[in-house]
Amino acid sequence: MSDHAHAIEHPETSTGLDSRKLAIWTFIGSECLFFATLISNYLVHKETWLSGPGPFPHQEWVSPAGQHFEPIIEIPLVTLGTALLLFSSLFVVLALANAQRGNRKGLLLWLGMTIMCGLFFVGMQVYEFTHFVHKGLTLKTNLYGASFFTLTGFHGTHVTLGVIWLITLWIEAFRGRIPPAKSLNLEIAALYWHFVDVVWIVIFPVVYLIT
Amino acid sequence: MATSALDQQRAHAAAGHAEPTGLWSWLTTVDHKRIGILYGSTAFLFFLIGGIEALLLRIQLGSPNNTFLSPETYNQLFTMHGTTMIFLAIMPLSAMFFNFMIPLQIGARDVAFPRLNAFSYWVFLLGGLFLNSSFLFGAAPDQGWYGYANLTSRQYSPGMNVDFWMLGLQILGIASLAAAVNFFVTILNLRAPGMKLMRMPMFTWMSFITQVLLLLAFPVITVALILLMFDRFFGTHFFVPAGGGDPLLWQHMFWIFGHPEVYILVLPGFGIVSEVLPVFSRKPLFGYAAMVFSGAFIAFLGFGVWSHHMFTTGMGPIADTFFSLTTMLIAVPTGVKIFNWLGTIWGGSIQYRVPMYFALGFIAMFIIGGLSGVMHSSPPADLQQNDSYFIVAHFHYVLFGGSIFALTAGGYYWWPKMFGRMLDETLGKVHFWLMLIGFNLTFFPMHILGLNGMPRRVYTYPEGLGFETLNRLETVGSLILALSFLVFLINIIKTWRGPRNAPADPWNGATLEWSIPSPPQEWNFAEVPVVHGRDPLWEAKRERGGPVPEPPRVSGQGIHLPNPSYWPLVAALGVAGVMVGVLAEPKVGPWGIMAGGLILFIGVFNWAFEPAG
Amino acid sequence: MHLRTDALRQLRRWLPVLAVLAAACSPDHYAQTALRPISDFARIGDDIQTQTFYWALGVFVLVEGALLYAIFRFRGKPDDPEPQQVHGNTTIEIVWTVIPALILAAIAVPTVRGIFATSAIPAGDALKVEVVGHQWWWEFRYPDLGITTANEIHIPVGQTVSLRMGTADVVHSFWPPRFAGKRDVFPNRETRVWFKAEQAGEYPGQCAEFCGIQHGRMAFRVRAQTADEFQTWVAHMQTLGARPAAAAPPADSVRTATAGAVVPAQGKQDAAQRATGKDSSATTPAAPPVDPAYAAGEKLFQAKGCVGCHSLNAVNAPKGMIGPNLANVGARSYIGAGSFKNTDETLARWIQNPQAMKKGVLMPNLGVTPEEARSLVAFLRAHQ
Repeated sequence: MSDHAHAIEHPETSTGLDSRKLAIWTFIGSECLFFATLISNYLVHKETWLSGPGPFPHQEWVSPAGQHFEPIIEIPLVTLGTALLLFSSLFVVLALANAQRGNRKGLLLWLGMTIMCGLFFVGMQVYEFTHFVHKGLTLKTNLYGASFFTLTGFHGTHVTLGVIWLITLWIEAFRGRIPPAKSLNLEIAALYWHFVDVVWIVIFPVVYLIT
Repeated sequence: MATSALDQQRAHAAAGHAEPTGLWSWLTTVDHKRIGILYGSTAFLFFLIGGIEALLLRIQLGSPNNTFLSPETYNQLFTMHGTTMIFLAIMPLSAMFFNFMIPLQIGARDVAFPRLNAFSYWVFLLGGLFLNSSFLFGAAPDQGWYGYANLTSRQYSPGMNVDFWMLGLQILGIASLAAAVNFFVTILNLRAPGMKLMRMPMFTWMSFITQVLLLLAFPVITVALILLMFDRFFGTHFFVPAGGGDPLLWQHMFWIFGHPEVYILVLPGFGIVSEVLPVFSRKPLFGYAAMVFSGAFIAFLGFGVWSHHMFTTGMGPIADTFFSLTTMLIAVPTGVKIFNWLGTIWGGSIQYRVPMYFALGFIAMFIIGGLSGVMHSSPPADLQQNDSYFIVAHFHYVLFGGSIFALTAGGYYWWPKMFGRMLDETLGKVHFWLMLIGFNLTFFPMHILGLNGMPRRVYTYPEGLGFETLNRLETVGSLILALSFLVFLINIIKTWRGPRNAPADPWNGATLEWSIPSPPQEWNFAEVPVVHGRDPLWEAKRERGGPVPEPPRVSGQGIHLPNPSYWPLVAALGVAGVMVGVLAEPKVGPWGIMAGGLILFIGVFNWAFEPAG
Repeated sequence: MHLRTDALRQLRRWLPVLAVLAAACSPDHYAQTALRPISDFARIGDDIQTQTFYWALGVFVLVEGALLYAIFRFRGKPDDPEPQQVHGNTTIEIVWTVIPALILAAIAVPTVRGIFATSAIPAGDALKVEVVGHQWWWEFRYPDLGITTANEIHIPVGQTVSLRMGTADVVHSFWPPRFAGKRDVFPNRETRVWFKAEQAGEYPGQCAEFCGIQHGRMAFRVRAQTADEFQTWVAHMQTLGARPAAAAPPADSVRTATAGAVVPAQGKQDAAQRATGKDSSATTPAAPPVDPAYAAGEKLFQAKGCVGCHSLNAVNAPKGMIGPNLANVGARSYIGAGSFKNTDETLARWIQNPQAMKKGVLMPNLGVTPEEARSLVAFLRAHQ
């Protein structure tokens, strides 16, 4: 059975690219439209906080009804999470390099770092969401809240699924099941991870920096 | 973790033994040909259901003030008719041909991702069952196939009807996306040596473009449906005006998906006709490159015309002008295709076999549909035409006169390849004439009714507006149309009983699928072919100076095939389970969703770790 | 000989059928036709459509003709020699790309002109009418004239009417085909259409955007009147209303439509006005108060709760009512939003059991007996 598996590993393809790699690129292309639609929706609704109700993350304001709202966003925390997510893309590249070289220890180290960063990011988002809800901005409060939570929530879900994927690969690597011949498995996950990162690179300024 | 039955099957596959039979072999199949047959038979069944729904509508509309159907039932039936025909009939009928024919046409042994392929079928089946199970709850979707907000809000649609539609479409969207990833990679990566992109058969080309459309359009409707779901389940106001939402946002999102969707529905048919016409004219397709580029251009432009569905919404003259001009522009490559088809048969030696009848019928009907489409492209005129029976006429001419005629041509054309039997020629011709006459009697008068004031989606009409006569005629036409499908069924049943002895190449075909036995063996090609140009089989015959000998059936020893698996089915059940969980959330809380998610996780994990073979 | 008489007999049998079908193809057979425009706005679209139709007809004849020709001319037999293997022709590709593009350009020019013409805001002296779509009836307000009505829109011939439109609930579409193409109506934004009627008469129109269970029976009537007739009607309507009353109503007798309408509900003041059915009937000049059925009907209009959903005041009519304004219901040709002829018998049936006639309509069955229905009909019939 394993001989057959080996024969399948690198078939000749018309483009020269492994089919699984091509597939993840295709999937990523499709997902770009998914996030583009969510981001467009956010952009359409981001000014709707002006009529209230409820708080707006960025600045102190007084609603037409006279309610006073404090800013609730914590830019430093989110910036840290963003930086860590960006670094995690570097870490996963290092992990892949080690996998391709057959360095199991290096692979486990850098992949582990990637996972840590991913977990921190998810944790940061969970904290941020609960903080906002506590302060009065929920999915239902107004269209800003609805668009914000939907966009960042779906991104966070993608990150979470990516983290689970990477943890699975870490366990496989721990068991010595990612030799250089199988490094493509990690490469595909890494491509997905980079995509999730790139989406955040768009979301972060659009949602958090531009007011 | 595998069962012994599965192990046995895998041993069989590895040893090149005879193809396994029985229910279990179908539930675990990863063979693109079997998956194609699964898609086709399921889709045909849904097509018949959609047809019965249409007949019921026509009976209700046969007389004014009719009480055959209550308004709620009528509204459910027209919604389900549209949703069924688009998502459960035309798309999966195309998928039947994508599955069966694409690997054969490109000289491949299977698709790039056999289990993903199986997964997409099971998700489709479950999605169709989910959608239709709504009838059992008396809550079939009733908001029209495009579900305009804010009618779809909780306030105005409190029942489960919209939920069934919304979640059912999400399930089907996942099936389409999975299949699209698979076929996109298959076509790009698994072509036989020498099969450059510009040597691919037209069906494969048009299907390739269709996959791109699927990949780019479905995410948009996915988001729209998510936002609707959040409105209905979590109290957001994306499309609810009371909370600041905008019903027009739904229309934009829907049609950004919806317009490419109609090209998804018709491009495969274009591809089929581009194969049938040359074979039965005994000359190559006229203007191959123009046909490829016009198809690509139509797909590209198809993302730029969506608001022509919204001319009555008062978007303002700039938007109206932009979309009117892009819509007119898209008529140019469409016309190019029609002229190239004419150029193909011109000067040919036309063989009047059944597939050719339907292909020619397609051209005749599609011209009419295309011309009425051009009439809609002008907003001042469209203000009268939109939402009237004139539109109903237009889209039935392009979707039935277009897609269904083309798919039927493909059915008769590829039947011997898929099933090893020829369909009866005489019954086929009767089918054609009944279908042509019935179709035109049913749908042509709708042009007249629409321009003379009959709006669409009305469960009845009063006396005195003059609508009775043509409506009665249309109802008669629809019965003739139904009869044509009865003839088709009789043809299938009658020939099924006969021997499975169709030749490999009954039509003097030009493409690779005709170079292997009918039906093909599990591995398709005993030897992977090497291709030197377009129409490789014609070229081979030319080199030989005569017909190619009947290809023998070989033992298949040493040819490796992918292992069968039930994990795609499990994963599909997980997907459906999640959506059922969402539907049942008001009653069971998050537990349904979590149960579905767990099944999905188990399915995907095991799928990832089992040997693909 | 036999064949010819047989054929003639067949023809004679089918002739009436063919004649009926031929008649059904003429626009004059259809009261709601879009092909007999009687307004300036409708003519804009009709002109373009006619031009496009003739181009389409020409293309149809040429292309289908070529197809039919090819089908017959190039039919072959299986053992015929192989035809010439032509792969294409660049020149002809260019020709049949450019020619359709030119035809489309010929359609595009009047189209763009027509788009801007139909989007124009009409001149200041146009008659303003506000149209509000409801599930499943139409509200018409004349803000400058101070009157409100429902389901029958009166317009003067020869004066531009400027419609500003919205809906109180879901998206509908206002379509009076003889006068204008349709315009959708939205809950959160105003849409507009305008036209100048050329011909008097009564014409049907219908909702053209699926809006729920009774979309099929959401019609309306356009009463195009000469300038004098219209003035008479307006003057009459301006007498059908009470001055704003002071009495506060019992809160639970009042039901309002949901918020979000273009013309939003006004709350307490409307509630007060809604409860003054008594007052309005006292000032309506049309009803002779001596008829006992009328008096009984007047009482029932309050007692049965009709007053909670329907106003009888054309002047200062409250906004956001669930049911159509009934100030002039007695004179309308149709009830149930252009669905049923407005006879005493039909009106009585409607009052007793609206659900049987238009299932799902928001008017519930109020348990009205036939006797009570007769009184209410008398009462309403007097409201002209």
